[in-house]
Amino acid sequence: MRLSQLEVGEKGIVKEFTDLEMSVKLMEMGCLPGEEIKVERVAPLGDPIAINVSGYQLSLRKREASTIILQ
Amino acid sequence: MEADIRVALVGNPNTGKSTLFNVLTGLNQKIGNFPGVTVDKKTGFCSLPDGRKAEIIDLPGAYSLYPKSRDESIVFSVLADKASELTPDLVVVILDASNLKRNLLLYTQVADLKIPVVIALNMMDMARKRGISIDIDALAKKLGVPVVPISARKLEGIDQLKTAISYANKMALQESTIDVRAIAPQLIAQIGEELSVDNPYYALQLAHQHEHLKFLSVTESDRIEELEQKFSFHPQKAQATETIARYNFIDTLLKETVKKHETAKDDNISNKIDKVLTHRVFGFIIFFAILLFMFQAIFAWSSYPMGLIADLFAWIQASLHKALPAGPLTNLLADGVIAGLSGVMVFIPQIAILFAFISILEDTGYMARVTFMMDKIMRKVGLNGKSVVPLIGGFACAVPSIMSTRTIENWKDRMITIMVTPLVTCSARLPVYTLLIALVVPSRHLWWIFNLQGLALTGMYLFSLVSAVAVALVLKYILKARERGYFIMELPVYRMPRWNNVLLTMYDRAKTFVLEAGKVIIAVSVILWVLASYGPGNRFEKIDQKYHQPQYTKTVKPDDLKRMIASEKLENSYAGVMGHAIEPAIRPLGFDWKIGIALITSFAAREVFVGTMATIYSVDGDAEKITTVQQKMHDAKDVNTGQPVFTVAVAFSLMMFYAFAMQCASTMAIVYRETKSWRWPAIQFTYMTGLAYIVSFITFHLLK
Repeated sequence: MRLSQLEVGEKGIVKEFTDLEMSVKLMEMGCLPGEEIKVERVAPLGDPIAINVSGYQLSLRKREASTIILQ
Repeated sequence: MEADIRVALVGNPNTGKSTLFNVLTGLNQKIGNFPGVTVDKKTGFCSLPDGRKAEIIDLPGAYSLYPKSRDESIVFSVLADKASELTPDLVVVILDASNLKRNLLLYTQVADLKIPVVIALNMMDMARKRGISIDIDALAKKLGVPVVPISARKLEGIDQLKTAISYANKMALQESTIDVRAIAPQLIAQIGEELSVDNPYYALQLAHQHEHLKFLSVTESDRIEELEQKFSFHPQKAQATETIARYNFIDTLLKETVKKHETAKDDNISNKIDKVLTHRVFGFIIFFAILLFMFQAIFAWSSYPMGLIADLFAWIQASLHKALPAGPLTNLLADGVIAGLSGVMVFIPQIAILFAFISILEDTGYMARVTFMMDKIMRKVGLNGKSVVPLIGGFACAVPSIMSTRTIENWKDRMITIMVTPLVTCSARLPVYTLLIALVVPSRHLWWIFNLQGLALTGMYLFSLVSAVAVALVLKYILKARERGYFIMELPVYRMPRWNNVLLTMYDRAKTFVLEAGKVIIAVSVILWVLASYGPGNRFEKIDQKYHQPQYTKTVKPDDLKRMIASEKLENSYAGVMGHAIEPAIRPLGFDWKIGIALITSFAAREVFVGTMATIYSVDGDAEKITTVQQKMHDAKDVNTGQPVFTVAVAFSLMMFYAFAMQCASTMAIVYRETKSWRWPAIQFTYMTGLAYIVSFITFHLLK
């Protein structure tokens, strides 16, 4: 299951990443393995999405979200 | 002013770092540039309780010492360059108390560099609202640094922070956070030995960032590269290991010092606002309403102060002519320098108003939502969600709009935005278009409602937007990205704008424009003035002699005589000579040498076209009498063919030329200032003028 497959309002826990470069940037922003993520909303045109992670809102494109694998 | 201690402010974006900087330094601040980059360097002075003076440096907001943009790369460069005049004695790390976990990452990195640190814990009230209670004493004890709770907005805890700064030790006393050596033991040891670096984290950062650190010599940088190869160092893996280790440290720390009660309230308000502002339908309606309001405001609110500024300088000009003895020096001062200065100052209202809006949009957190909503469309044409504001602002004026592209982090997106913004129909093109449209488009109604002239003008506005998008699309494939494009962005909680900050931004931007772009604009204006008021050889004297003969002085009214002299002098000036010289080149576009003169004189500012046309066709004095200019232009006949000069083909060809050509010294100056190189304004000038020529040529031959 990837983060990009979650619907609005659904939650998941980060397991691992498929892209090393992206993973480094995501981890810096608090998207770490073991962290709970909730999909908060989707942009009006369907991309990017906004997620809630470690207490704040982060937006990322769907392509980027697809590099996050959930447990 | 000599400072006793130098303090750098470091923190994540949206933590109130700039607010704290403004509170500490007041108006006592200065904007410069960090050497070699376009990042604003904000420094200021602050008096400490013990009477010493501290110089405060505001470093760009960053989530970690690993740079994601060129702005962020400044942070480590400044902290690490021991020989620089900016090297801080102390770092104040600002942490958002309501989001400590992510904020502490940057702290642990700075702390491990072993520079003396003080923590300013901002937004305690917000944390409390969210049900977070922080044991400040325990946090300070665990980290081994002073922790000062503050509220930068409410001016709370500022004196305590100043006291903490003045008591700060010269030695770094903080505890180490993670075992840095374990990440790359051999490499760190070897770099430490060869470059005599005793701090392991400093050595590790050198390994990561040596390529863009200017204080390292080429041999040092090459040696680090060799060592990385030798010990097969993988930067991204090392960074991943480090980040995970740091978050483990932070998790343990927070477990012992922070308690969270589940009464989160503040988030919900922000969430509710988001449901409306990023709504599929209302989101766009609200956004376009805001843009429309902004656009109207820039146009409407600025016209009065702009008129005042123009009048003031016209008055100064007239007074100088009266007060000083007539002669070339007086003319240079009044018609060259003062006119140039007027051309600079007149932009201030538009710049101030646009930046008032932008800083409100940024401050409230709405700008991040605009980016969020527009990213998908704008990305398709090589732009960025944040490019929308500069593009719309371009309808008023490209100068403040290009200054506003700084909010775009991605280098390529920002460059494309800068390159295409001047294509959007700015207010200086309006007088040119209205003059030419009125000349050749009949004022008839189409289907009773649409006025043909109005349709033509609207067409020009829409066409400019289409051409900007088209050029952006082309540049998307030409420009090489310096960094991989990605979009990982914090959506900050909605907040009220800080009005002080809005005022300060308006003041800063206007000042930067006047001081930096002003020089170029005045220089160009003076050159153009010389070109238009002096001629080769004794041509001017001959004209004066000719009109002093009785056949003119007796028969022609003095005012008319003056205009005839002015008109003939312009024809014979250097600008006139140049107009003749370029005639073969502009003939294919349908332009004669008179239009050539106008093209040259309006190089610095497009609206000058109308004034030059008035002088060439020796219209009564000022350009206000637009209908007279129109009449004269309408009656103008080609000397050789006897046909009217301004046909539909010529007028539209000319409008196309003004739509594309880069005839704005202010824009070129500001592009130079924003990109720190003449290369970009040169490319922009070339491509725009080239496009102008081609499109005018096609237009002329299609309509001929």
